[in-house]
Amino acid sequence: MKVKVKLFARYREMVGRSDMDVETSPGTTVEGLWQALAGQYPGLAKMGDSTLFAVNQEYAARSRELRDGDELALIPPVSGG
Amino acid sequence: MARLEQVMFEVTDQKLNPQSAIDKVAHESLGAILVFIGVARRFSKGKIIRHLEYEVFREMAAKKIAEIGQEMRDRWGLDRVAITHRVGHLDIGEASIVIAVGSPHRKQAFEACEYAINRIKQTVPIWKKEVTEDGEFWIEGEFSV
Repeated sequence: MKVKVKLFARYREMVGRSDMDVETSPGTTVEGLWQALAGQYPGLAKMGDSTLFAVNQEYAARSRELRDGDELALIPPVSGG
Repeated sequence: MARLEQVMFEVTDQKLNPQSAIDKVAHESLGAILVFIGVARRFSKGKIIRHLEYEVFREMAAKKIAEIGQEMRDRWGLDRVAITHRVGHLDIGEASIVIAVGSPHRKQAFEACEYAINRIKQTVPIWKKEVTEDGEFWIEGEFSV
């Protein structure tokens, strides 16, 4: 199945792109996909604990199972205002 | 008092106009309109800032801001609230956010307004980059990285 990953701010700069399509197996959780990405992009791995995730534009737990066509956003600690 | 259908919660690349936020919430039932304006500051932890860059997850940010508006309605019964966050390039002294809270009485307006800006800083997917004389730094939560 295919998941669209969105990257913002420092993560976007670290990876060098703002989104990508990732092929993964059915049943993959947010945490599972994050681990795969962190393996591929070591810069992300260091950010582990403080990263939040949004699936289809709602905050989601790391245990959330992804579905085909989902959009997973990696959310660095926010700093608006 | 009739009111046109207006966007009360939004993210924009345009300069902010506090008066238009006031106009959006104005109503004869109000005894107070409290306006909070966040502005781009020159100094940050010893660094001298040239300008700011705000990045946004646009679709989600607008939704999260509207949710905060709903929370203000639920907790304080306030339904005349306008929040606009600016993104993109901001020069020093320019407004990054304008929150206008209309209330029959001031106490609720002060409480709700502080709640709103605190929640925005916790939940809305917007990120600030400080472009300083010593380089560019993303701000993540409380931290500069």
